[in-house]
Amino acid sequence: MANTPDYSWPPMDQRKVIGQPYKRVDGPAKASGRAKYSSDYLSRDLLFGAYQTCPHAHARVLSVDTSEAESTKGVMAVHVAAPAGTEIQWAGAEIAAVAATSTEIAWDAVRKIKVQYEVLPHLVNETDLSKAGARAKAAGERLTGDPDKAFQEAEVTSEGHYGIPVINHVCLETHGSVTQWKGQGDDSQLQCWVSTQDVTHYAGSLAPNLKVPAANIHVRQDHVGGGFGSKFSPDAWGEVAARLSQKAGGRPVKLFLDRATDQKIAGNRPSAYGWIKIGGKRDGTITAWESRTWGTGGFTGGGSPPLPYIITGIPNQRMNHTAVSTNIGPSRAWRAPNNQQASYMTCGAVEDFAAKAGLDPLEVFKINARYTPEARRDTYLFHFDKAAELAGWKKLWHPRGESGPGPMKRGLGIGFNAWAGLGHQSQCRVTLHADGSVNVDIGTQDLGTGTRTIILQVAAETLGLPIGAIKLAIGSNDLPPDSASGGSTTVGGVSSSTRKASMNALAKLYELAAQTLGTTADQLEAAEGRIRVKGTPAKSITWQAACRRIPASGVISEIGETNPRNPMGLMAGGVAGVQMADVSVDIETGVVKVNRYVAVQDCGLIINPRLAESVCYGAISQGISTALYEQRFMDGQTGRMLNPNMEFYKLAGIGDIGDIVVHLDIRPENDKRGVVGLGEPPAVAICAAIGNAVANAIGVRVPNIPMTPEHVLAALEGRTV
Amino acid sequence: MQAFEYANPSTLQEAVALLAPQRGQTDVLAGGTDLISLMKDYIHTPKRLVNIKNIQELEGIRASAGGLRIGALVTMDELARNAEVRASYKALADAAAGIPSPQIRHMGTVGGDLCQRPRCWYFRGGFGLLATDNGKPLVPDGENHYHAIFGGGPAYFVSASSLGPALVAMGARVKLVSAKGSREVAVKSFFVAPKDENTREIVLRPDEILSEILVPAPAVHSATYEVRQKEALDWPLAAASVALTMKGSVVAGAKVVMGHVAPIPWEAAAAEKALAGKTITAASAEAAGKAAVEDAQPLSRNAYKVQLASVAVKRALLEAVKGKA
Amino acid sequence: MRGVGIGGGALGTGLLEKNAGAGTTPASVVGPGAVPITLHINGKPVTLTVEPRVTLSNALREHLGMTGSKRVCDRGTCGGCTVIMNGKTVYSCSVLAIDAQGKNIETIEGLAAPGQLHPISQAFWNNDGQQCGYCTSGFVMAMKGFLDEHPNPTVEEVKHGLGGNLCRCGAYMGIRKAAMEAAKAIQQGGKHG
Repeated sequence: MANTPDYSWPPMDQRKVIGQPYKRVDGPAKASGRAKYSSDYLSRDLLFGAYQTCPHAHARVLSVDTSEAESTKGVMAVHVAAPAGTEIQWAGAEIAAVAATSTEIAWDAVRKIKVQYEVLPHLVNETDLSKAGARAKAAGERLTGDPDKAFQEAEVTSEGHYGIPVINHVCLETHGSVTQWKGQGDDSQLQCWVSTQDVTHYAGSLAPNLKVPAANIHVRQDHVGGGFGSKFSPDAWGEVAARLSQKAGGRPVKLFLDRATDQKIAGNRPSAYGWIKIGGKRDGTITAWESRTWGTGGFTGGGSPPLPYIITGIPNQRMNHTAVSTNIGPSRAWRAPNNQQASYMTCGAVEDFAAKAGLDPLEVFKINARYTPEARRDTYLFHFDKAAELAGWKKLWHPRGESGPGPMKRGLGIGFNAWAGLGHQSQCRVTLHADGSVNVDIGTQDLGTGTRTIILQVAAETLGLPIGAIKLAIGSNDLPPDSASGGSTTVGGVSSSTRKASMNALAKLYELAAQTLGTTADQLEAAEGRIRVKGTPAKSITWQAACRRIPASGVISEIGETNPRNPMGLMAGGVAGVQMADVSVDIETGVVKVNRYVAVQDCGLIINPRLAESVCYGAISQGISTALYEQRFMDGQTGRMLNPNMEFYKLAGIGDIGDIVVHLDIRPENDKRGVVGLGEPPAVAICAAIGNAVANAIGVRVPNIPMTPEHVLAALEGRTV
Repeated sequence: MQAFEYANPSTLQEAVALLAPQRGQTDVLAGGTDLISLMKDYIHTPKRLVNIKNIQELEGIRASAGGLRIGALVTMDELARNAEVRASYKALADAAAGIPSPQIRHMGTVGGDLCQRPRCWYFRGGFGLLATDNGKPLVPDGENHYHAIFGGGPAYFVSASSLGPALVAMGARVKLVSAKGSREVAVKSFFVAPKDENTREIVLRPDEILSEILVPAPAVHSATYEVRQKEALDWPLAAASVALTMKGSVVAGAKVVMGHVAPIPWEAAAAEKALAGKTITAASAEAAGKAAVEDAQPLSRNAYKVQLASVAVKRALLEAVKGKA
Repeated sequence: MRGVGIGGGALGTGLLEKNAGAGTTPASVVGPGAVPITLHINGKPVTLTVEPRVTLSNALREHLGMTGSKRVCDRGTCGGCTVIMNGKTVYSCSVLAIDAQGKNIETIEGLAAPGQLHPISQAFWNNDGQQCGYCTSGFVMAMKGFLDEHPNPTVEEVKHGLGGNLCRCGAYMGIRKAAMEAAKAIQQGGKHG
C-alpha cells in the first residue's frame, strides 16, 4: 500500500511553475472574441425568451391574460410566474415570460400580456430612518465595557455621520441561461448553459422545483461575464427557462434578463447609514465607541455591518443596528459582504477622531492597531508603513483642510481591510494515460480570476510537466464536484485538490516507474518531464516512458479532495491589507479625481503574481467606481428604480481610476501559510480611503458615498443631502 | 422595439414626402444613438422610419465669409475635427469634442444633437415630457438631481443638446424642410419649454426635417465649458457657452448661454449685462457667473447645480480669452 | 449631446396611411416584415433576411452567430457591442442592420485568422487587460478604431480615446498598458488590420 504522499507545497526557492507570472490560459480566446459565454449560445432551434415585469413596488396581481401573447405568430411558449393572487414586493418582479423564434417577437409578445394589479403602499428609500415607520426593525443593542464612563473620561471625542448606499452588481453578462428540457418526469433530460458562480450545485438547486432528478440535469459553462456575488443560484429564471423549453416541446430557450430588469432585481448590495461617536486619549488611543446604524437589503431587511471593523478590541462599545425592509429587489452577496460598509464607517470615524485630536491619522491608525486581532496585528503595522512609503504620506499628507490656495485641493486618506478566504471544498481528478497525456478535471468555474491558469500551474508544478501538456476541463457538473466561487475560496480549494490529485496520481505512477529504475516509489520525484531518483537526477526515465508502463487496458485516475476543516498547510484564511488614496477635489465643482491609489495586500502563497495583481487592480477600480459614482435612484412616488441602465447608474471608465499601485506582501512568513484567496480583501477599503482623502483635502467630512459634486458641495456649504 | 416600415430615400424631397404630419407616425433616423434606444423603450413607436443618412445634400461643412453652413448629417466627430470650426467657432468645437465617447461622436449627427429627446428618467420611464403620474408632477418631489434649475416648470427636464448653447450664443439658425417648403428658425427659438404634454421641446413639426445649421460669421472669442464628473461617457452636470465681441480688450457684446440647466439652452442676460464694457478677468468672470444664476430656482435635490452653472460660465469666459489678451 | 433622428416626435398612436406623404409613391419603403439584406462583414458579403427593426448587434449575434460583440447595456452606453463601420467605431446595438448595408463592417471575428492573434488581442493577453472577458471584444475593437487614428498615442490620449467602453471587473490598468504595447507592435510591423 502506498503511503499518503506529502502534499505540502514545494519550498519557495524550488518552485518552477507556481509563483511564476503566467499569462491567463484563456486569454487568447477572450481577447479574440472566440470565447463562448452561455449568452452566446446559438442553435437553429433556439428560442428567445423575454419577461414582462411588474411596474409597481408593491402590488397584488389580480389577473394575468396571456391569450394575445400566446396567439402571436412565432411565440412557442408562455409561462406565468406570478399568477393572480401573488403579492409583489418590488418593481421589476417577474410576472410572465414568453419564448419565441426571435428576440423581436419575444419583445412584442410580452407587451401583449395584460396584467391587472391592486397597487399597495410601498417604501423604497431608507436614507431617512424617521420615514421608515414600522418597516424599521431594531436588531438589538450590543454592549462591551462601560461606554458611558469611557466617554465621560475621554480627552477627545468626535462624532459623525456616514452613509453608503445600495449599489448594483451590473455584471456585464446579465443573469440567465439557455435551458433545454427534453422528456418527462424521471426520463427528463435537462441541458443548461448557465451564467453562474456555482456550476456544481446548480442542478441540485433546480431539481426540486422542477421535480426531475438532479442527476438528469447537465450544466455547462465555459465562461461567465461577471458575478461579484450575485450569481450563486439558478434563480427563478433558470426554472422558468426550463418550463418554457418543456412547453415548447424541448427546444432550447435562451432567457437572460434584460439590462433594466437585471439591475432592478438581480443584485443589490445592502446600504448602511449611521452615526458614530469615538472617545479617546490625546495621543490618539481610542477608548470608547458608540454607533447607531441602519440599512436595507430589500424586502427581507439587510446585512448589518460588523462594527467597529477590524479594531474590534476597543474596550468600551455600544452598538445599535436597525434593519429596514424596503420594496426593492432582494440583496445579494457583494464582494466582501458588509465589509465595505463597515470599513467605510469605521475608517471614516477614526479619521474624524484623528482630525479632532489634531493628529496624523496614520499615527492614530497605528496606535489603535492594538485592537486588531492578534494574528494579523504585526501585518497591519507593517502595511501602514509600507503603504505610507508607497503613497508618499510623509511628504504629501497635511493636516485636514490645510490644502493651500486655489480651487484644486489634494488630500490623502487611509482604509483597511480583512477577509478570511480559506479554500472551499473541492475535488479534482487527475488522469494519466499510457501515451503520457494528462487530464485534470474539476467542476469549478473561472470568473475571470484566473482559476484555469492556477489549476494548470499547480498540476504542472506537481507533475513536473509544462502547462501545455495538461488538458484541463472545468465548467460542467459531469466533472468532480467543486463549490461556489464566493468568499475568495476558489483558489485555496482548487489548488489544494489539484495538488492532492496530482500527488495521488504520481504515487501510482511511481510504483510503475520504480521497477524500471530499480528503486522504490518513495525515492522518486517528477521534474522536467521525467521521473527521476531523488538526489540522483541522472537516474531517470521520461514521463512518456513511465506512462507507457500503465497497462493499455487502463489509466491512472486519482481524486484529490480539499477539506476546509483540514487545510493540511496547503491553504489558510485571514488576510489584512492597508490602502491609501491620493485625490484631488475641485472645490468649485465638487468633482473628485483619484490621482494615485496604493494598496498593500497581505496574502499567502501566491500561485500567480500577475493574476493576483490583476484581481487587486480590478477590485480597486471597481471600488473607485463605487466611491465616486455609483448610486441607485429609487423614486419614492412611483416606487421604481429610475436608473436601471449604464447611463445614469454611473460606472468608472478607463480615465476615471487614476494610477493604481499594488504591492503584494509576498514574504516567506506569509508564503508558508499556504494559499489564501484574494478576490474580496482588496475590494473592501476603497470607499474608506477615498472618503478620508476627500475629507483631508477639503477640510470637512462628506458623509455619504458616492463622492459626487452634489454630496461634496453640500458638505462644503454645510447643507445635508 | 415595435416593428416599422423602413424607407431609405436619397433626396431630401423624397424624404419629406415620406413623413406624416401627425405626431407619432413617422420618425427620422440619422445617427440612431438616441432614437434606437427610445424605440427599444417604446417611448417612440413610429410606424415608419425614414433613414436620411443617404441624402448627400445633408452632408458637409462649408465655411465662408458670411459664416458656416453645417449639414444636418455632419457627425460630432467631423465637427470637432474641422479646422475652420476649431479656429473660428471654438465654442462649437469644444462642445462636440466634449462628448467622451468616440463611438457617439462617430455616430451622432449635429441635427440629431439638436433633435434628441431629453434624458429625464421619468420621461424615459414613460411618464411623459412633463413627468406626471395621474396628473401629479413627479419631478418637484422626486429624484430631481439632474433636472432643471431654471424655468420654474411645468417642464423640468434639461435640454440634452451639446451644441444648443453654443449655437444660441452664436446667433445660429436652423433650416427646417417639409413637403410644403422650408423655413429658417433661430436656434434660440427652435427650443421651447413645453407647457403641456402635447407640445414638443423643439418646434420641428412631425413632417419636417432639419436640413442644416447656419452660423453667422464668428464672434472673436468663444468657448464652451462643461462640468463633467466622469472622463468616460456621461452627461455634463452643467455647461456654458460664451461668444464675445471685443473692442480692444473690452467686451463690446457678450452672449452667455447655459446648458443642462433648463428645458432649453438658457440665456444668461444678467451675465451678459455684467460683462459689457469689462475686460475678462478672474473677478469679472466670477461676477458674470454669479449674475448668470441669480434667478435660479433649484429643486429639492439639485441646488448644487446652481454653483456648477455659475462655475461653468466663469470658466467658459476665461477659456474664451485664454492666450488672446 | 447624442444624435437622434432629425424628425418630429412620437407620442400618439394610430395607423399610418399608406403613401403618407402626399404625392410621391414611397417605392423605397420596405418592411415591417423581414426583408433580405446584404452586409459586408470582414470583407465578405453576407445575405440574411431580417425585419427592419433588427439591430446590427442582434443580426451579428442571433442571425450570423458572430458572438464576439456582446449585448450588455443595449442602449449605446457601454461599448460591449462595438464594431467598426466604414473605419469608425460604432455601437452596433444602436445601428439597424438594414442601415448597415453598403458599409464596410469590421468585427472582432475578422481581426485575425483562426489560431492567430491580432497585435491588439496579443497585447490584451500580454498585459492581462481582461478578467471575465465580456467587455474585451468591444474594447479590442474600440482600441483598433482608436489606434488606426492615433498610431502613436500617449496614455492620456488612450484614456480619452477609450472613453466609450466600460469594464466592470476593472481591467483598465492592463488595458492602458495593452494600448501602448499594441501601438508599438503595430508600428514595428505587426499585422495591422
